[in-house]
Amino acid sequence: MAYDLERYESFGVERYRDESPFKIHGGCGLAGICDESGTLMSGEIAIQAMAVQRDRGNGLGGGFAGYGIYPELSELFAFHMMYHDTAAKEAAEAALSESFTIEVAEPMPTRPVKGIVDAPLLWRYFLSPHPHLLEERELSAEDYVVQVVMNINSRVDGAFVASSGKNMGAFKGVGFPEEIGHYFRLEEYAGHTWVAHNRFPTNTPGWWGGAHPFTLLDWSIVHNGEISSYGINARYLEQFGYTCSLGTDTEVAAYLFDLLLRRHKLPIELACKALAAPLWSEIDRMPAAERALMTSLRAVYGPAMLNGPFALVLGFNGGMVALNDRIKLRPLVAARSGTTVMVASEEAAIREVMSAPDHVWAPKAGEPVIARVEGMEWPIHGELHLGPAEISCAVTGTEHSCEPVEVAV
Amino acid sequence: MMRAATSAPPSGVAEGYRREVPPVTREGEVASIDATGVYYQQLNDAVRDAIAAGATTVRITGMNGQRYLGAGLRATGVTIEAHGCAGNDTAMFADGPAIEVFGNAQDGVGNTMSSGRVVVHGDAGDVLGYGMRGGHVLVKGDVGYRVGIHMKAYEKHVPVVVCGGKARDFFGEYMAGGILVLLGVSTQFPEQPLVGGFTGAGMHGGVIYLRGTVEPWQCGAEVGITEATAEDLSALRPHIEEWATAFGADVDEIMAGSFTKLAPMSHRPYGKLYASI
Repeated sequence: MAYDLERYESFGVERYRDESPFKIHGGCGLAGICDESGTLMSGEIAIQAMAVQRDRGNGLGGGFAGYGIYPELSELFAFHMMYHDTAAKEAAEAALSESFTIEVAEPMPTRPVKGIVDAPLLWRYFLSPHPHLLEERELSAEDYVVQVVMNINSRVDGAFVASSGKNMGAFKGVGFPEEIGHYFRLEEYAGHTWVAHNRFPTNTPGWWGGAHPFTLLDWSIVHNGEISSYGINARYLEQFGYTCSLGTDTEVAAYLFDLLLRRHKLPIELACKALAAPLWSEIDRMPAAERALMTSLRAVYGPAMLNGPFALVLGFNGGMVALNDRIKLRPLVAARSGTTVMVASEEAAIREVMSAPDHVWAPKAGEPVIARVEGMEWPIHGELHLGPAEISCAVTGTEHSCEPVEVAV
Repeated sequence: MMRAATSAPPSGVAEGYRREVPPVTREGEVASIDATGVYYQQLNDAVRDAIAAGATTVRITGMNGQRYLGAGLRATGVTIEAHGCAGNDTAMFADGPAIEVFGNAQDGVGNTMSSGRVVVHGDAGDVLGYGMRGGHVLVKGDVGYRVGIHMKAYEKHVPVVVCGGKARDFFGEYMAGGILVLLGVSTQFPEQPLVGGFTGAGMHGGVIYLRGTVEPWQCGAEVGITEATAEDLSALRPHIEEWATAFGADVDEIMAGSFTKLAPMSHRPYGKLYASI
C-alpha cells in the first residue's frame, strides 16, 4: 500500500520511518464462542471474530473447530484428513478401512479463495469402528480411535488427521483465518460451539497440519503463547501411549486434556489447576483442605504442568474452556450475552460479534472460563462416574481430602 | 453431505478492517470520523490530517479495536474522542494530545507516552502505562495485569496513572518513577481484593497510593508499606480531583477513605546483586 512518509516526518516520527511501513505485528489470536442453550450459530460468526484480530497473525496459519456441525451423522467418527499426494491418501485409506467401516468418504467442500495456495488434498470420512476389533483388543471405541490417529500421523508419510471426533470437525490451513474460513465455506455449517485461531508461527514452521486447532477425538485446542515445558510434558505423555509427532508445543496441551479429563476423569476445574497450577506461595496461603488438594495435585501432575506464557481455548462436544497461564502473560477477554459465552484475545472480537454483551471481563490468570451446553453429557467422552470430591480423593489419596473441597471457578 | 457449489463468499461475510480512507465530516473545529471497519493506519492518517487541517476535536465513532490511536502524535490543545472499544497501545508514544475513550480500552494504553492525557470511561487491559514518561492516564474502572510497569520520571516529567477500580498482579512492577493510584471505588469485582500479588515488585522509584490496605505478601520485597500521611494526602488530592472531575465522582468521599502508600526502600535494590563494592 502507498504510505506517505513525508507526512509522518512532519509529525516528528522520522526516526521510525524505516520500520513503520513494514511493521509485522503478531502474537497469535484466538476466539471461542459457545451458546449454552445449544442453539446453533453459523461459522461466519467465528470468521468475524477472527477477521478483526487479523494483525495478530501473519498469514501462516488459521483454523477453526465447530461442534454440532454434523447432526445427521453424529454417531460416527468424523475424520478430517490432509494428504500430501494420492499415494499418502491411498496408504491412509488402507489404514482407515482396516480399522473402520467407512460410511461416507468425500472431498472437503472448499471454494477458491485469493491468498490460499498449495492446499493439500482435503478429504473427510465418517467412520464406525469394526466391533470385532474392539472386542478382540478389549479397547473402548475412543482408545481405538486414538491409536489409529497416532498410527496415521506418525507412520503414514504425507497423511495427517486434522480431526477425529463425533459431530465436530477442524478446518485449518496456511492463510489468514478469514481466508481459511471462506475457503472451507464455514458459513454453510452451524455449531453450538466454535473455537478459532490466527497463527504467528515462532518456534515451528507454518504448514497446513501445524495450524491450530490441534485435536484428538472431540477435544480441540487453540493456543497463543509458548509452552516452554514441552519436553517434560511430552516425556510424561509418552508413558501413557501418546506420541508427539508434530513438533509443536500446542499438541501436548491437547493430549494432556485428553489424559486428565477423559482417561483420569478429573473434573475440568481440577484439570485446569493441574495445567496452570497455583504458585507455591499461593498454596501456602490456602485453607488446609484446599492446600492439601493443591499440594497433591502438583505432586501427582507436576510433569503435566504447562509452563510459559499461554492463553488457550479447549473446545469439546458440550462446550469450551478458556485458560491463561498462571501470571497472565498472554491476553484473554471474556463476555456473556444471554446464553452465549465468548472469549478472545482482544475485546474487539467480542464487540464485533456481540452487539450488547451483558458482561465483559478479563479472566484472572489460571482461572478457567467454562461454558457448558445445557443438557449435553459432561464430559462427552467416557462417562464421568465419580463426583468431584471422589475424584479429588482419588488424586490426593488421603482420607482428609475426601471431604468436599471448593475449587474456585 | 456435499453442499451446493458456490464459488464466491456470500455477501456479508466479514473481511475484517478495510484499508480505506474513512468518511470525515467537518463542523467548525470538530472533525468527525466514522471508523467502522476501517484499518488503523487509515484511521490514524485521517486523525492526523484532521489535526493538520486545524481541527481541535476529532470525534471517532465506530471504534472497535483499531490499534495505536494517536500513537507518536505530537500535538497540544487537541482532543481525540473515541466512541467504542479502543485497541492495543492507544496513545503509545503520544506527546501532548488529550484522548478520551468512551468505552473500554484494550492492552497497552499509554505505552511509553511522553505527555498529554488519556481518559478511559470504562475498563482497561494489561500493561497500561508501560514505560510511561509523562502525562496522565485516568481509568474509570478496573485494570488488568502489570499496570504501571516500568513507569519512570525525570525532573518535571512525572507520569500519573489513576485507576478507579481494582487491579491484578504486578501493579507498579519495576516502577522507577511517577505516581500510580488505585481507588477500588468503581469496580465490577466488589468481592475481590483491591490489588493482586507482586505489587511494586522490583520497584525502585516513584510512589503507589492504594485506597485501602494490602497484606505484605501482596507486595514486592523492595516495597515499604506505610499509611499515607497528611502531606502525602495533600500531594495526592489534585490527582483524585482530576479523576473525580473526569468521571463525575465526589472528591471528598474518595479522600475520606484510608490510603496506603507504597514506596521503594532503596532506589538501587539490586545494586549489590552481582558485586558488593
